[in-house]
Amino acid sequence: MIQFIILVLIVLALVPIGRLLIGPTIADRVVAMDTMNTLVISIFVVLAIWFENILYMDIAIIYAMLSFVSTLYIAKYIEGRK
Amino acid sequence: MMLMIFILGIIFNLLAVISLYRFPDVYTRLHGSALCTTLGSFFVYLAAIIYVIQRFGSQEITLLSFHTVFIFIMLLITVSTGSHAIARAAYKSGIMPKYAIVDKLGEKND
Repeated sequence: MIQFIILVLIVLALVPIGRLLIGPTIADRVVAMDTMNTLVISIFVVLAIWFENILYMDIAIIYAMLSFVSTLYIAKYIEGRK
Repeated sequence: MMLMIFILGIIFNLLAVISLYRFPDVYTRLHGSALCTTLGSFFVYLAAIIYVIQRFGSQEITLLSFHTVFIFIMLLITVSTGSHAIARAAYKSGIMPKYAIVDKLGEKND
């Protein structure tokens, strides 16, 4: 059952790649990337309770911090260019 | 019980993914994806905590539930801050909403 939930979440995390490819502006691509990052954090939490290993939780925390920093830097980059 | 909460979280994440394709411009896509992924992640984490309680009993709950609650608090802060940064950057770079008629914020800056 947990395997099926992980499979559905992985499929959901792969769907925003379409918006990442066809997005008209850079901000659309950043929004799609942010959605994918949040879904990947959920996948890591479900993996942690499937493999019964607390290490995946730490990976999820570090992934959340790095995705936040990357989002802020890309936003700063978009803001600079007209 | 636990499966129903998992399915509820998956439904909200599915709404977030659908809103990326169905909404017309950047700001509405940002709104839909940020709010729905936050609520969907909340239900997925709640179901994970309930699964651990059912599987291992209540003495193993402390470390994993602390990590999960920490991830959720951090997700609340980072998703809202990142959404605000993206919306501000999109407005500063000249992207307007699709059906916008007036721009009160631009008038105030002049």
